[in-house]
Amino acid sequence: MHPALSVILFTCASGGGYAMLALLGLFGAGGVLSPDPLSGWIAFVWSLGAVTVGLVSSTLHLGHPERAWRAFSQWRSSWLSREGVLAIFTFAPAGLYAIGWLFLGEIWRWVGLVLSVSALATICATAMIYASLKPIRAWHNLWTLPGYLAMGLASGALWFTLWAEAMPAVEKPAYDFAAIGLVLSIAIKLFYWHFLDSGAHAASAESATGLGNFGKVRMLTAPHTEENYLLKEMGFRIARKHAVKLRRIALIAGFIAPVAAVLAALLTPHVIDIILLAAAVLLNAIGTVTERWLFFAEAKHTVTLYYGAERA
Amino acid sequence: MSDRRYIAELQSAPKVRAGEQTIDLSPIVHDQVSTTTCYMCACRCGINVHLQDGRIRYIEGNRDHPVNKGVLCAKGSAGIMTQYSPARLRKPMKRVGERGKAEFQEIEWDEALSLATEWLGKIRATDPKKLAFFTGRDQSQALTGWWAAQFGTPNYAAHGGFCSVNMAAAGLYTIGGSFWEFGEPDWERTRYFLMFGVAEDHGSNPIKIGLGQLKNRPADNRAKFVSINPVRTGYSAIADEWIGITPGTDGLFVLALVHELLKADRIDLDFLVRYTNAPWLVIDAPGTAGHGLFARDDAGNPLCVDASGTMHNALEAGVTPRLIGDVTLQDGRAARTVFELMASRYLDDSYAPEKVAEQCGIPAATIRRIAAELAEAAFDHAIEIPVAWTDWAGRHHDKIVGRPVSMHAMRGVSAHSNGFQTCRAIHLLQMLLGSVDCPGGFRYKPPFPKAAPPPAKPAAQVGPMHALHGLPLGFPQAPEDLLIDPNGSPHRIDKAFSWEAPLAVHGLMHMVIHNAWAGDPYPIDTLFFYMANMAWNSAMNAPDAMRMMSDKDESGRYKIPHIIYADAFFSEMVAYADLVFPDTTYLERWDCISLLDRPISDPDAAADAIRRPVIQPDRDVRPFQDVLLDLGARLKLPGMIDGHGKALYPGGLKDYIVWHERRPGIGMLSGWRGHDEDKQGMGEPNRRQLDRYVENGCFWRAEMPEKARFYRFANRDFFDWAIPRGFLDKPQQIVLQLYSEPLRKFQLAAEGHGTRQPPEHLRARVKQGFDPLPSWYAPFGAAVDSEGYVLHAITQRPMHMYHSWGGQNAWLRQIQARNPLFIARKLGERLGLADGDWVWIESPQGRVKAEIKLMEGVNQDTVWTWNAIGKRAGAWNLSATAPESAKGFLLNHVISELLPPQPDGHRYANIDPVTGQAAWYDLKVRLKKCAPEEAGETAPTFDALKTGLPKSPGDLAYGAEFRARRGRP
Amino acid sequence: MTSLPVHPADRKLGLVIDLDICVGCHACAVNCKEWNSGGHMAPLTDYEAWGDSPSGVWFNRIHSFEAGEGANGRTVHFPKSCLHCEQPACVTVCPTGASFKRAEDGIVLVNEDLCIGCKLCSWACPYGAREFDEDVGVMKKCTLCIDRIYNDKLEEVERVPACVSTCPVGARHFGDLGDPKSQVSQLVAERGGYDLMPEMGYKPTNKYLPPRTGRAQAGCTGTPATPLAESATDSTGNKLLRWLDRALSR
Ligand SMILES: Nc1nc2c(c(=O)[nH]1)N[C@H]1C(S)=C(S)[C@@H](COP(=O)(O)OP(=O)(O)OC[C@H]3O[C@@H](n4cnc5c(=O)[nH]c(N)nc54)[C@H](O)[C@@H]3O)O[C@H]1N2
Ligand SMILES: Nc1nc2c(c(=O)[nH]1)N[C@H]1C(S)=C(S)[C@@H](COP(=O)(O)OP(=O)(O)OC[C@H]3O[C@@H](n4cnc5c(=O)[nH]c(N)nc54)[C@H](O)[C@@H]3O)O[C@H]1N2
Ligand code: SF4
Ligand code: SF4
Ligand code: SF4
Ligand code: SF4
Ligand code: SF4
Ligand SMILES: [Mo]
Repeated sequence: MHPALSVILFTCASGGGYAMLALLGLFGAGGVLSPDPLSGWIAFVWSLGAVTVGLVSSTLHLGHPERAWRAFSQWRSSWLSREGVLAIFTFAPAGLYAIGWLFLGEIWRWVGLVLSVSALATICATAMIYASLKPIRAWHNLWTLPGYLAMGLASGALWFTLWAEAMPAVEKPAYDFAAIGLVLSIAIKLFYWHFLDSGAHAASAESATGLGNFGKVRMLTAPHTEENYLLKEMGFRIARKHAVKLRRIALIAGFIAPVAAVLAALLTPHVIDIILLAAAVLLNAIGTVTERWLFFAEAKHTVTLYYGAERA
Repeated sequence: MSDRRYIAELQSAPKVRAGEQTIDLSPIVHDQVSTTTCYMCACRCGINVHLQDGRIRYIEGNRDHPVNKGVLCAKGSAGIMTQYSPARLRKPMKRVGERGKAEFQEIEWDEALSLATEWLGKIRATDPKKLAFFTGRDQSQALTGWWAAQFGTPNYAAHGGFCSVNMAAAGLYTIGGSFWEFGEPDWERTRYFLMFGVAEDHGSNPIKIGLGQLKNRPADNRAKFVSINPVRTGYSAIADEWIGITPGTDGLFVLALVHELLKADRIDLDFLVRYTNAPWLVIDAPGTAGHGLFARDDAGNPLCVDASGTMHNALEAGVTPRLIGDVTLQDGRAARTVFELMASRYLDDSYAPEKVAEQCGIPAATIRRIAAELAEAAFDHAIEIPVAWTDWAGRHHDKIVGRPVSMHAMRGVSAHSNGFQTCRAIHLLQMLLGSVDCPGGFRYKPPFPKAAPPPAKPAAQVGPMHALHGLPLGFPQAPEDLLIDPNGSPHRIDKAFSWEAPLAVHGLMHMVIHNAWAGDPYPIDTLFFYMANMAWNSAMNAPDAMRMMSDKDESGRYKIPHIIYADAFFSEMVAYADLVFPDTTYLERWDCISLLDRPISDPDAAADAIRRPVIQPDRDVRPFQDVLLDLGARLKLPGMIDGHGKALYPGGLKDYIVWHERRPGIGMLSGWRGHDEDKQGMGEPNRRQLDRYVENGCFWRAEMPEKARFYRFANRDFFDWAIPRGFLDKPQQIVLQLYSEPLRKFQLAAEGHGTRQPPEHLRARVKQGFDPLPSWYAPFGAAVDSEGYVLHAITQRPMHMYHSWGGQNAWLRQIQARNPLFIARKLGERLGLADGDWVWIESPQGRVKAEIKLMEGVNQDTVWTWNAIGKRAGAWNLSATAPESAKGFLLNHVISELLPPQPDGHRYANIDPVTGQAAWYDLKVRLKKCAPEEAGETAPTFDALKTGLPKSPGDLAYGAEFRARRGRP
Repeated sequence: MTSLPVHPADRKLGLVIDLDICVGCHACAVNCKEWNSGGHMAPLTDYEAWGDSPSGVWFNRIHSFEAGEGANGRTVHFPKSCLHCEQPACVTVCPTGASFKRAEDGIVLVNEDLCIGCKLCSWACPYGAREFDEDVGVMKKCTLCIDRIYNDKLEEVERVPACVSTCPVGARHFGDLGDPKSQVSQLVAERGGYDLMPEMGYKPTNKYLPPRTGRAQAGCTGTPATPLAESATDSTGNKLLRWLDRALSR
């Protein structure tokens, strides 16, 4: 699948943003946050900012952005619609929560709870947009949802921790969450890539044409000699060794290095730990974007079976 | 039509449910529909052109039309994009730069016409043959050939010589009709269909319609479809059996079938005796001038002999001739029957399947099986139609018997230097099976059959200011009919009807540029081309053609002094003209699809048609045929001016169609002739004729009575129908020429008899090529297997493109804008070539670079590509870096009009020695993998043409306006 | 409304494509392009029409495949347009209601006035039957010629999809696959018509008739022809003599 920057940005930024909101909500509900306005402002600008940037960029690749609002209508059947609804809905508890915190100096636990639940639900919905697409085996599998959750959590928790360490607002930063998120990400990605390499495929040239009983099916000529929309959008191909390199970058930069940095930050004095965490956030961002690029680039669509692919 | 069997089963339109889009289910389709005839290719289907606000909304097939019965092919469906092509010429042009540089100045029509009149006038006053008028995809040869004759030049021909003259000539000299689109299988009745070397053909839609029917027959009346073709695509892909023959060996394969049938005595003796010259006696006097000619009585009738040894006029009805046994003629000479000569030749073991299997690349067992299947279909499943008919001798028959085996062959057979004899071999097979013009067999389309060969002889130049006494093209029957000087040098610039190509009944358009450039046999003044891309895919070697047309002599003058060209679009050829006549498109003019030209008839009926303007040109262009008649009048050519020297056809072709008479009563169109508009074929001109055609969907079709539809070479009922319509002269049997005496006469000359003999260097070729019995010899070009040129290289037409002109079409070029070289996967593995690799295709003539595509369904020793996809950069107003020129290629770059030099330096023309047919498919090549830095782009390339036309639009939203009009912006 | 119809009608309009006789001529594809360029979803935009990488919106595309090895293999021409699936995720994934399946005849359409051009439906289609029109910014697709099949301004026989009426060999059939008695349904039953990628579970309405087999080695009856036997030659072995006293009159 064609790795469109807008979509990559959307999933990465909103993933981290909603996870951070979820943690803000959760910690608030857990009563470990003190409503310090400055740190509050920073937290909300940070998380809601990320979320908004994500959502806006997601509308950029639309043919008709001005009609984007229509996407809320089909929540009954469409995960994209559900994601839209949840994404926007989450702004309500988030807003309420912020008002309490920033203007009334209160942390409303119940609102926090609702916020974190709906934020997490949004991440799930985003994941389901991809997980529900049968023609793309690389997405339509058990790893997609946990993957999005874990990676969202990893980014969100890292941001949260950095924020918490830098702010007076929290007694207890989210080191544990960050570590868990990162480690889970590593595990899930390793399993996921193994799953991909195990030759898992949705269909074959034989089943796509129904001509298997004559023997191996090969394309003789494509319908058009030059690239058409289908190939540009869904025929994206990436060289194996290229992919392997990128996977390594994603894994190390995105998760392994940050885990190390996080652990190191626990043992290092103040300021240093902040620097380490900042580095972790940066590396994680690079890694996550790389991972997300691969998530698209490595995904084969069954339409390619009609254009020469043997399996997809 | 089978595709309509399943329709019209719809209930009325359902009403829309809440929440669903309301859709206009019955939008208007047009505010006007006009019928006319398609010309996106030469098949000439009927079309309905739907117009909205004067723009074309939709073109569809005309359901009532005999050719296409409502269907439309890819090309025809893309007519809109050709009509609005940015490559359309806009105004007459005069060359101002060098030839090939496409530097032109737009001029007024008057200037253009007077310039041409000046050039041509001089020629006609001095030496008319210095005008060479050759036309390509021309569908008005009835006019252009006649025009040349009136001008007085013998140097006229259309594209047939490089197209499929082998099929036409072999057929006309053998059965008085031919494949090509002059006949077709009896699609509804045939039980066994052999297709030789066809990718698409002229009968584009008819063949597809026919194959569809044939393949979907009910189980109790099945038919088998066998395709003999080195490549398994298109029609071959849906064949019940595909035979991946080695190019150039069809003759061997067919004669092996003949061998098997004779051996098993599974032949139709009745048919041979009644309808062919099998029983005729052939003089057996080796070494004498009469050897191999027919024994004749004093009246010149061929003789046969009956069991009692009595001689008879072989044309007599009722005689019971002997087929075997030596005969002594009155004059004491020995004679043998054609049948005996034929049988003894093909029973020889050299024709046994085992002997030919390897050369043909077909297992002997397969050849045997096919022979058995042919016999089974022909004899065990014979058809009887309970229709009474009368034969040529007036004898009544209460039924029509059919041998339901049919055959069709085209360029795969004809585009080889042994194509004429190979095609004769196929006709022999048909005759042995008794399946010529019978139910289930190959059937003629009227006006065929004609005498084998037709009587007309090629006309020679008379002199300055004189018309020819006949038409430039005809059918020589003996060396005496050749157009040569006493010293043997050819009268025609293309050397047609000379010893190089004695039966060049369609001329040799492919040799014109070379010969005119070389001044061989003589220099000419003006080359006048119409509708032929001679600077590109119609040149056997494009680079040579371009070089020769722009080559100059010492004095700096072009070796070919003048080139006039009439095209509708900015093709590669336009760049080489000194004077360009911009033509209209096929939707902007009158055209005449005449029975005097290539018929659109079907076996059951005669038919002709017209094209008419359905939209007005938006450019300063004129229909070329009007221009030609205008020129004729300015040149005061006979038949084009009245007594006072005024133009006879001021209205152009439209007038000519209606008023011109070839012979009294015979004109361009056969329908609605006569004062009462009730005459067919022959009758006085009718001023309202064209209105009648338009009312009838722009075509005319006259069915013949059922009893007149078969055995038409010997069917009195057919004679009675055809003669009053001017299709046939006398009610006389047309005897099918299994053994060809005209061929033997040329062969005798080669053997040293007579006053006109071939020059030494051609003797052997003529002797071999003019075998009076079908024969096979290895194609000359294919003999070039030295230096590793071991691979046969051929092309195929894509069904969705018409030669070079399809490529300008915005829709068709999306389907194909480049062409790879297809090779067998195994060959690829052997040569270390994979999909996407680039190779040099090398022949003795040169090399061209192409991308590789591996495939399974291709003969192991054959490589091939699609024809005419490659373009010269900039031509057709395409981007100068378009895939067509950057990656697409022409195989023509490595073909040649001349074969490699002999030891003595002589270079034979790359043609069939009988007809002069261009031997495109004799080509042999070798492949060399490109260096990595060479890959990705084709070569050779030629500097980009700047057409001077407005730059082509980028994106295209054709049709939006129709929708807007329906209130949906 | 991108939830599938709750009570779909029995009528399932669709195409049946005969792979045994399709010669791959592209007529259906181009005629489709031609009709629809001015039709319900007009225009079908073309990009770089005369430029370096020409491409455009097509509702029907002709692929060619080879199945099996060498001479025993087959070349199969393979037209493909929207299959108007019974379980079309291309519809259910649509967030706006632009993509819908008509309850009354099962035709899958896009309402361009609602479409936001998110392309998700084209990702959800396993068959590549959806075509994005960059220029207009909306998704387009085969309409099953809805502006022909019910068009009372056309003659009865013309009320079929353009691709069907133009196919020269008659390899395309149109009808109601929901009605077992319909001619298309019977054709599918007779010839063993099948679904593309059944494992996707989209339940295509369009069916493909497989290339026929077992005819290569057989004669015109479908069974092997009896091999030719050499006809008797006399003692001298002269093969010609067999015709010596065959008396046939002309
Ligand atoms: N390698 C290879 N070469 C081949 C062949 C092959 O099989 N292989 N086939 C050969 C054969 S059989 C043939 S017939 C030739 C065909 O080749 P050509 O006869 O050259 O056919 P086109 O290339 O279409 O060129 C016809 C010209 O007519 C112009 N034209 C189109 N419509 C009109 C019109 O309405 N009016 C006028 N005045 N001009 C028009 C086109 O623009 C084009 O320039 O190619 C030959 N060349
Ligand atoms: N769509 C489309 N239709 C056209 C044309 C076009 O350009 N496009 N051109 C028109 C013209 S001018 C012509 S002349 C006709 C030609 O109609 P065709 O004769 O169908 O044209 P070709 O493409 O030359 O097809 C030659 C076929 O013979 C095969 N072949 C080559 N060598 C041999 C051989 O030695 N033996 C056998 N058995 N087969 C062999 C090739 O693989 C190819 O399939 O088509 C006409 N119709
Ligand atoms: S075959 Fe196609 S292009 Fe040729 S005349 Fe018929 S419809 Fe037109
Ligand atoms: S028109 Fe018919 S034969 Fe041609 S490609 Fe389409 S389905 Fe196949
Ligand atoms: S073929 Fe694709 S677009 Fe058509 S209905 Fe099925 S899934 Fe939807
Ligand atoms: S592109 Fe249009 S039709 Fe397709 S899913 Fe998005 S909104 Fe729906
Ligand atoms: S049904 Fe209509 S829209 Fe669909 S492929 Fe056929 S012609 Fe095109
Ligand atoms: Mo031709």
